Amino acid sequence: MHVNSTTEEREIVTRQKSKLGVRLFFIYLICYAGFVALGVFNYELLSTTVFSGLNLAVVYGIGLIVFAVIMGIIYNYYCTKYEDDAEKADALTKEEAR
Amino acid sequence: MIYDISITALIFFCIFVGLVLGLSFYFGRKKSDSSSYYAAGGQIHWAVNGIAFAGDYLSAASFLGICGMIAIAGFDGFLYAIGFLAGWIVALFLIAEPFKRLGKYTFTDALNAKFNSRAITLAASVSTLIISVFYLIPQMVGAGDLVMPLLSLPHWAGVILVGAIVIAIVASAGMASTTYVQFLKGGLLIILSIILTAYILKNGLTLSPGGKDNPYHKFITLTPQVEGDQVTAVPHWEVVSQQTVANKTFVKLSQNGVERWFYLTDKDGKQSLKETLTIVQKANGEKLYNGETKDKRKFYQVGHLSKIVVNGKEVERTGAVGPFEFLSTIKESEVVRFLQTKVTDGTDQVAIYYPENIAGAKFMLPGLKYKIGSDASLWSKLDFVSLMLALFLGTAALPHILIRYYTVKTPRDARKSTILAIAAIGGFYILTLFIGLGAGVNGVLDVESSNMAAPLLAKAFGAVLFSIISAVAFATVLGTVAGLIVASSGAIAHDFIDIYLKKNLTDDKKVKVGKIAAVVVGVFAILLGMAFKGINVSFLVGWAFAIAASANLPAILFLLFWKRTSSTGISASIVVGIVASLAIILTSPTMWDKYGLGAENSMHQMENPALISFPLAVLTVYVFSILYPKKGVKELTNN
Repeated sequence: MHVNSTTEEREIVTRQKSKLGVRLFFIYLICYAGFVALGVFNYELLSTTVFSGLNLAVVYGIGLIVFAVIMGIIYNYYCTKYEDDAEKADALTKEEAR
Repeated sequence: MIYDISITALIFFCIFVGLVLGLSFYFGRKKSDSSSYYAAGGQIHWAVNGIAFAGDYLSAASFLGICGMIAIAGFDGFLYAIGFLAGWIVALFLIAEPFKRLGKYTFTDALNAKFNSRAITLAASVSTLIISVFYLIPQMVGAGDLVMPLLSLPHWAGVILVGAIVIAIVASAGMASTTYVQFLKGGLLIILSIILTAYILKNGLTLSPGGKDNPYHKFITLTPQVEGDQVTAVPHWEVVSQQTVANKTFVKLSQNGVERWFYLTDKDGKQSLKETLTIVQKANGEKLYNGETKDKRKFYQVGHLSKIVVNGKEVERTGAVGPFEFLSTIKESEVVRFLQTKVTDGTDQVAIYYPENIAGAKFMLPGLKYKIGSDASLWSKLDFVSLMLALFLGTAALPHILIRYYTVKTPRDARKSTILAIAAIGGFYILTLFIGLGAGVNGVLDVESSNMAAPLLAKAFGAVLFSIISAVAFATVLGTVAGLIVASSGAIAHDFIDIYLKKNLTDDKKVKVGKIAAVVVGVFAILLGMAFKGINVSFLVGWAFAIAASANLPAILFLLFWKRTSSTGISASIVVGIVASLAIILTSPTMWDKYGLGAENSMHQMENPALISFPLAVLTVYVFSILYPKKGVKELTNN
């Protein structure tokens, strides 16, 4: 796994980020696989009009693109939070040590 | 297609290429050692890097290929956009940060950070080289397509032109230049796509596309007399001959000494002959376009709507439309697309492009290229799954994308870069749906190559827009090709010669060897670019993705997420991934057609290998890691 040996906290951050990444990846994988599975197993459903005259294929397709961007932003938000929290904790420990 | 040279386009083109080269030389002078040649010394701001990421990724495949495939095959082209973007999720969530912590300059270094194994070095540098070459082919094909209308040059001349310019850039500068060039070009590409989409929506949909000076050709329909299944007479035309290929009947007619082919259709028992486009290759080498020589300019652009339905009523034109209205109106209307078939007529080889009316509802669904409906065969369904798998898993494993992870200072910056890239690329891909459909219904398509859909659409909206878009697309190709050549020269000079052969080159020598490698790869790419003329570039990129996904991704994922992964497992998996995917590609219907053996006679019907080669590579890394566990592993140290 990703080893980061500088401090104890840092390793925790690495693990947190890695876990978050894997989770988000599987969420997206399910959505993406859902689209492919619809195409293969229930193709006819993709032609249903779902929104503003658009069929499910177009809405799902554009949705997957927009969803990827949203997930990216969520991932960045939490990763930055983990890193900041760890840094704060680091600083606190140093101060206490002094 | 027959093109006139455009002076405006030429001027913009020259300014652009000059700018790109100028930037390269400017930044090139700043660099001195090998670390800046390969990875710009880790000095680039994350936002610049993010847009450059987008610039790297939005290659000819995205701008030319996806738009082109949407224009001729509707939603199936958009599948590429969905898959290409989804691939970034793998890159960001699983690979980006751990990789940044692992590596130095190249993919091989990162894979080898734990093992220091020569087998991995060799396997990884070979895979980098093969993937780069497969990614280079579509770029070169796209370059050739681009210069045809721009400079009125033949396809091969464009391929050589791009090859020569890129070799000059890479051999003189290196990564620093390409990052800024990619940044510039990525930004421009997005801005121009927004402008183009705005034009499309403003113009709306019409049954008679084309401006006053460039009206759309009115395709004629004749009513023949038919006895049995033979056409016997047609008013004002002389019937010459008749041929049936794959259940489609084509009739050769003659008028005033000009021979034309018509497509015989039967609707509710009423037969009619529809005008087609033909290119006749005579035995003496002469080429006839619609029965006449090139200078007569009797060859037309295609792609239009035969029926526009708004709120259940048929209309001539819609006027300006909103984005949703644009998509939903096409869905309710009827599109005419042109399909290709080949016939032999005596000693002549005839390429016939015949019209097919297709309901908009079908055009806006997958299935025109990748047949996946209930009547589709198992093979074509598997092919669809295979393509989606390759696109999803390929991005993270492309060597020229990975190189950018090292051009920013911290993992935090690499992450921000990647997210900016995803947003920029995602926005762009949504626009390709509009640009592609716009090209498909505005009578701008070149039947010989779908790759020019977007630039030719721009041409319909004005010479200036066309010239700028062509120039940016050309710069796109230049930038991508440069990035790929840097990646492959790195694989040869750094991984293979320096590390595998243990030549311990000096910095100077390393750069020199890299440059020689760049020239060799460049020349090779030029030759392949000529060989693959006429194939959609997205389709070709699909292959590069499949090879990358099979050769690199299992190795990377196991290395990052499974502690027992051994160096033997990694190198075996890379080799199996390459061999399996290459073997399937080289025996695919498309290649069989290229060999001249006929696509229908190929050994199998899989166009994309990922569905077989990726699991094989995964299995290999697992089994070999168990059979040959790691010994004397150098523990990963972090720097």
